[in-house]
Amino acid sequence: MSERRGDGEGPGVKAIVTVMLKDGVLDPQGRAIAHALHALEFAQVGDVRVGKVIEIELAEADADRAHAAAEEMARKLLANTVIEGFRVRIEA
Amino acid sequence: MRSAVVVFPGINRERDMAIALAASSGRPPRMLWHTETDLTGLDLVVLPGGFSYGDYLRCGAMAAQSPVMRSVSAFARRGGYVLGVCNGFQILTEAGILPGALLRNAGLRFLSRDCYLRVERADTVFANNYQRGQVFRSPMAHGDGNYYADEATLDWLEGENLVAFRYASATGALTPEANLNGSARGIAGLYSRNLRVLGLMPHPENRVDPLLGGADGKPLFDALTAAFAPARP
Repeated sequence: MSERRGDGEGPGVKAIVTVMLKDGVLDPQGRAIAHALHALEFAQVGDVRVGKVIEIELAEADADRAHAAAEEMARKLLANTVIEGFRVRIEA
Repeated sequence: MRSAVVVFPGINRERDMAIALAASSGRPPRMLWHTETDLTGLDLVVLPGGFSYGDYLRCGAMAAQSPVMRSVSAFARRGGYVLGVCNGFQILTEAGILPGALLRNAGLRFLSRDCYLRVERADTVFANNYQRGQVFRSPMAHGDGNYYADEATLDWLEGENLVAFRYASATGALTPEANLNGSARGIAGLYSRNLRVLGLMPHPENRVDPLLGGADGKPLFDALTAAFAPARP
């Protein structure tokens, strides 16, 4: 169960990394979607923000280690922390 | 001038850049594949425009992690001269060589048209054939050219006088209409602190021949050529 595998095989988890533009960074795509939703008469729609979800299969059975690895991946590549924030969730 | 143009998969402006460099310097640049790491003997490294790695994840994000970019970062740290145009500018910000980021154009449209650039300083190796305040015309072609940095970074850039070019009207006025992609403070191009790295979104290399509508971009390549001309006896 705690055996660590680095070869992409064996028991693992899925890391779900959600990347969103930071508050204060203009999201014209989100704004366009909000306009379209208003045009569809969803009057209750306020601010809309668009982001990305990246699912990564990890050959790592330990959830804490998987979380730490996915955070490092997000900092190094998946998110540009100048403009984006991210959230990591681990699924068994 | 010994220059090199880096070629990433998905780049499409590398030949235009090579033509502009060769036309000014009389010497074709080395074409450097993204897996190469040896920059020995180069005066200038150019990151051209295009869509490296299909713009997957973010424009320039993948290219910034490529082997050649580790060498380009080291080259810039040693005081080497680097020019990044369009995707090349995006790659420079993704690699952390220049601050900030390029967001989706404020109007969401891909903009392929001419723009006017106001020269914010002319005392650099790149711009010394222009006058400060001069306006020149340049093509632009990008979907993600909306320059963003937080307010503190923008104030720092202005304080250090590192803005190279701003989007302007034909007469040099900084108006919201002239700022076609919505860039923070109209920034179209930026220098590094040592003024040896220049990143800009528009394409001066596509305006170096009157046959193609003008030569407004040629002074930039002529200035670089003059800076790296071998000393005459």
